[in-house]
Amino acid sequence: MDIQFLTAAVLIIMGLGAVVIKRNLIKIVMGIEVIANGVNLFLISLGYREGGIAPIFTNAATTKMVLPAPQALTLTSIVIDTAVTALMLSFVVLIYRNYGTLDTRKRRLKDDVPD
Amino acid sequence: MEKENEMSIVARITAAVVLIPVLIFGLYIVIHGHLTPGGGFPGGAVMATGVVMFLVVFGNLKGINDQLFILLESIGLIGFALLAFLGLPKGFFNNFLANTNGIFGMSVGFGTNPGYLNTGGVIPLMNMAVGLEVFAALSLIVFIMFKR
Amino acid sequence: MLKKIFKLMTLTVVFGYILVMVMHTHPFGKPSYTDMDDYFIQNGQEETGSNNIVTSIVFDYRGMDTLGEASVLFAAASGVALAFLEVRNGKRK
Repeated sequence: MDIQFLTAAVLIIMGLGAVVIKRNLIKIVMGIEVIANGVNLFLISLGYREGGIAPIFTNAATTKMVLPAPQALTLTSIVIDTAVTALMLSFVVLIYRNYGTLDTRKRRLKDDVPD
Repeated sequence: MEKENEMSIVARITAAVVLIPVLIFGLYIVIHGHLTPGGGFPGGAVMATGVVMFLVVFGNLKGINDQLFILLESIGLIGFALLAFLGLPKGFFNNFLANTNGIFGMSVGFGTNPGYLNTGGVIPLMNMAVGLEVFAALSLIVFIMFKR
Repeated sequence: MLKKIFKLMTLTVVFGYILVMVMHTHPFGKPSYTDMDDYFIQNGQEETGSNNIVTSIVFDYRGMDTLGEASVLFAAASGVALAFLEVRNGKRK
């Protein structure tokens, strides 16, 4: 049971706990970010070979390298997480401007909507 | 000498002095993407960080409009798609400049070597297009949220 | 009070499941099937000409994924611009 996989699992479960338990909208967005970071850490630590160096040939010491394919997947995943966080935060700003509150338990739908 | 809602003089002078070295460092990471770790995406993020720091320290500038960033972002994405279409008689994303003796095409054998800038084929051009697009997109997101 | 106990119990069960699932991958440092990555390391420098294997995977062998990712970044920037749009008197401000 290695510490790299254990850290990734603990990060995922802490982010999930923040999404389920907390009430403030910004803290829920932060929990989603922590889940994304835990998944990226798990993806990179799957491709390690013992005694290998980074897969770059410029002034390299040996030719025994770690697997380069999970690193390419993680690069794409980080950029997509940034785009999703930007859109989520702009929605939070719109909600605050229209309803005046960021609490997820107060009633926000108006009861008498004119047709 | 200071108005009410401006930052202190230490912050303003530091931001003005540090901006150009940060932009040049980001450009170095973008251009040497096929020799050192990095590439288009981290280099564009470093350049956007420099512009965002300048925006935070100096407040709402009236000189910058967002039409410039929209134009740069569109040029970056269209350039990337155009480079994909240019290798079309052999394949869609074909590397039509590698191992020829053209502009970026020098052959390298297998093994360690000190890096040569002339290699890589179509990869440095793609790195520059993606770096321009990421820089313009991230600066535009912060600038629009800041402006309203 | 009962809702809080129910939430914590569910989170503990999910945590146990995630731990068992993470433990059943290969042991750390000895990956099982490395045929594709060995091909990339051996032949990547002669076919593309770049010293960086990760960049040659992202931009040459799997360039279509990078095209989709650049489009996602463009769509996110235009979505943020749409959320903060202000229309006044029928014209865009």
